[in-house]
Amino acid sequence: MSTIKTRSKESNGVVTVKALIKHPMETGQRKDKKTGDLIPAHYIQEVHSKANGKDVITIYWGPAVSKNPYLTFKYKGNKGDNLEISWVDNQGNRDSKTSTVK
Amino acid sequence: MNRRNFIKNSMLFAGSLVAIPSLIVSKKAYAAWPKKSFDIKDLTESVSSVYGHSNLEESSKVKLKAPEIAENGAIVPINVSTTLDNVESIMIFVENNPQPLSSGYKLTSLSEPSIGTRLKMGKTSNVMAAVKSGDKVYTSTQEVKVTIGGCGG
Repeated sequence: MSTIKTRSKESNGVVTVKALIKHPMETGQRKDKKTGDLIPAHYIQEVHSKANGKDVITIYWGPAVSKNPYLTFKYKGNKGDNLEISWVDNQGNRDSKTSTVK
Repeated sequence: MNRRNFIKNSMLFAGSLVAIPSLIVSKKAYAAWPKKSFDIKDLTESVSSVYGHSNLEESSKVKLKAPEIAENGAIVPINVSTTLDNVESIMIFVENNPQPLSSGYKLTSLSEPSIGTRLKMGKTSNVMAAVKSGDKVYTSTQEVKVTIGGCGG
């Protein structure tokens, strides 16, 4: 199952994209309550979005972004656009999702 | 597929998952992801590492929407939009976080300058939205009071 949930809607030539990504977003500063060891940092560093193959936005995230991050942005587009959202985290994991703008 | 083969194959698969992408991906990710700027612990230094200078101009054209009081520092909703033209990027700095630079949004000619996200805040702090338009950086700052910090367990 994809880690990305999106909802995008066009109104007057502007598409509003809302996305929720399932990710722990560990800062690397938290300690495990039982062992007292630091939990290694694990967070999304880059999110990228393309509409019909064209770059829309590139996002750089640090560890300060909340767990299961929420994101919203707007771009000039149309109903039926092929919208791709992808992410890469600091451990090299990645995921992407393509959806159609409503 | 018999069991031995399955284990062998899955190990190979797991190995390739770990080895190959981390070589390629990390190179690509780190080349673009500004690690240095995200590591800096001081706001002014963080700003100059992002823009190459720290000449900021407070502007009412930058709209920062953040709660005055955040009951839960683990989820602080932040929205930034602007009426400025030719916006290259939007950055959000949280002054009192361990690393002030929280996130950066690089726009293209397709994007509208309006973004929103949710941030973690360790304690009460000024939140600054910075919008780069042309050669100038315009900002808007607001204090967010945090009742329960978002960086602990």
